[in-house]
Amino acid sequence: MKGNPIWEVFIRSKNGLEHRHVGSLHAEDAKMAMENARDVYTRRQEGVSIWVVESKHITASNPSESGEMFDPAKDKAYRHPTFYDLPDELEHI
Amino acid sequence: MKNIKDQEAAFQARIDAGEKIEPKDWMPEKYRKTHIRQISQHAHSEIVGMLPEGNWITRTPTLRRKVGLLAKVQDEAGHGLYLYSAAETLGISRDELFHQLHTGKAKYSSIFNYPTMTWADIGAIGWLVDGAAIINQVMLTRTSFGPYARAMVRICKEESFHQRQGYEIMLTLCQGTPEQKAMAQDALNRWWWPSLMMFGPRDEESPNTEQSVKWKIKRKTNDELRQQFIDITVPQAEVLGITIPDPDLKWNEERQHYDFGEINWDEFWQVVEGNGPCNKERLQARNDAWNNGAWVRNAARAHAEKRAEQKKVAEAI
Amino acid sequence: MENKNKSLIDYLLILGDNSLILGHRLSELCGHGPSLETDIALTNISLDLFGQVRSYFQYAAELTGGDSTEDTIAMKRMDREYRHTWLVEQPNKDFAYVIGRQFLFDAFHLPLLEQLVNSKDEMIAAVAAKSIKESRYHLRFSSSWMERLGDGTQESHQRMQSAINDLYPFTYEFFEETETEKLIFEAGIGADLKVIESTYRQTVKDVFAKANLEIPTAPARKTDGKKGIHSEQLGFILAELQFMQRAYPNMTW
Ligand SMILES: [Fe+2]
Ligand SMILES: [Fe+2]
Ligand SMILES: [Fe+2]
Repeated sequence: MKGNPIWEVFIRSKNGLEHRHVGSLHAEDAKMAMENARDVYTRRQEGVSIWVVESKHITASNPSESGEMFDPAKDKAYRHPTFYDLPDELEHI
Repeated sequence: MKNIKDQEAAFQARIDAGEKIEPKDWMPEKYRKTHIRQISQHAHSEIVGMLPEGNWITRTPTLRRKVGLLAKVQDEAGHGLYLYSAAETLGISRDELFHQLHTGKAKYSSIFNYPTMTWADIGAIGWLVDGAAIINQVMLTRTSFGPYARAMVRICKEESFHQRQGYEIMLTLCQGTPEQKAMAQDALNRWWWPSLMMFGPRDEESPNTEQSVKWKIKRKTNDELRQQFIDITVPQAEVLGITIPDPDLKWNEERQHYDFGEINWDEFWQVVEGNGPCNKERLQARNDAWNNGAWVRNAARAHAEKRAEQKKVAEAI
Repeated sequence: MENKNKSLIDYLLILGDNSLILGHRLSELCGHGPSLETDIALTNISLDLFGQVRSYFQYAAELTGGDSTEDTIAMKRMDREYRHTWLVEQPNKDFAYVIGRQFLFDAFHLPLLEQLVNSKDEMIAAVAAKSIKESRYHLRFSSSWMERLGDGTQESHQRMQSAINDLYPFTYEFFEETETEKLIFEAGIGADLKVIESTYRQTVKDVFAKANLEIPTAPARKTDGKKGIHSEQLGFILAELQFMQRAYPNMTW
């Protein structure tokens, strides 16, 4: 028995904000996924825009590679404004 | 390469530190299995729970009650869906989980094996059953498995009107005619004890509690939660002016809790074993929905495949 | 004035009862749908329809005066006083019937509302303006399922075609103008059923073609729902719909 595909649902809660992942559902095709997403995930005015994408099309990073993926960014404090020492009385900078 | 013991210790340390576990993270096999079982039981409870209340949708006394109840029962379908989705991240399909439910292999909350006879039962369920569920669910919003915790956050948001809906029904009945108030009292009489059973067996009979607490699928024991529920609910019954059907119920000044009478654990286990008043009907209804829907699901599949094929051909030309 | 109110109330019942009875039929399915997603979707439609019912009946109650409320109108009329068409009370025989019934109603409902938004009666215009978006979505939903089932498997095609064969002959009733509808249309409040009918047949043609379904050629069923003559189904629907109001009269819920 082959189940029908899983889709991931992303919703923009209002204009100006990004789409956020809100959950998943099952649907046979994109049209059905869109309609299901509307019916399941926007019953309380949660959104103004929906994206659906079949889960299998998402490539996810592997947690076992988290070290090489994300740790190298840790010691790059110079990318952040507080790295640079400026006198306190200085304004608008 | 770390050995399994170290891995498990590191895993537990992450949970202890308040980190969430996500589906692709390494996890002990027992963690995966326990979560599949617990999340799917929870999901089954949501959708089987639609049946006793759904039974009254066509008979609500007013249109206002009708839209409230419809929206509430619909929410429970959504809760089932969110939870099945959370379980699916652990590598099991919704179809498989349905199969476990339909064949009677999986359990669901035994409260839903009791009949809804009168309109007041709808009030009592919203008040007591959703009330008891919320206590559990609020605790689970902080559980260690990310998808489960997120589903619970969404569910708790939606649940907030369920209990109020039920309590308002009870309040209206209790402020109504003597006949209505008697209906409310009768519903409380029938739903009180099964509601207390929702928190599960006594602590000394629930061997998995320690492990569950470690994984944060439990933060309090069954007995603690039950006590919390009773302490919250007794004053609510007083506002309604109806009597909780327990002659031993009494405030204990020393404990700062209500003492209460002995739960009929034999009844509890009977219902869990499948011998409750409506177990058969509930399972039959779920099986019927599934079986009658088979040709629909097949059609949707066939149609999607046809359209995909047509698209391919069109693109090739 | 008296007379105008009477026709207006009558018209509100014709509008509201279709939504009431169809909403009721859909509400029977809550918890029994072929998948969780469709279960939720059908309940959304049911809730939209009951929302419309409440608006129409609250208005009708106001016009009626006395003890009349949305609930006495919904639940305390006698069988012969309901004004919906036969199509909407047809039972949920299978999912093909549910979808077929829904599509055949939506295809009528949307162009009806498109006219009612311009009604001279502000209340009706306002309800139509709100309902039109709901109805547009309902039609989109039911049309896409017509396609899926009509052009799915052999079994689904057969079921869909046979549901349509049974249901289509009821659709002619929408367009048989009653005295009330005529009066209300002439007063600038109602809708031109002839215009709606041509839109209707076109929608049906388009969707049936995509769904690989044949338009049934069976003649119209001789039904008079809008005049209060109903099928044997209605008594059972009312037995549930009215149960509480009849068994426990004059109470607050
Ligand atoms: Fe629940
Ligand atoms: Fe729930
Ligand atoms: Fe609930």
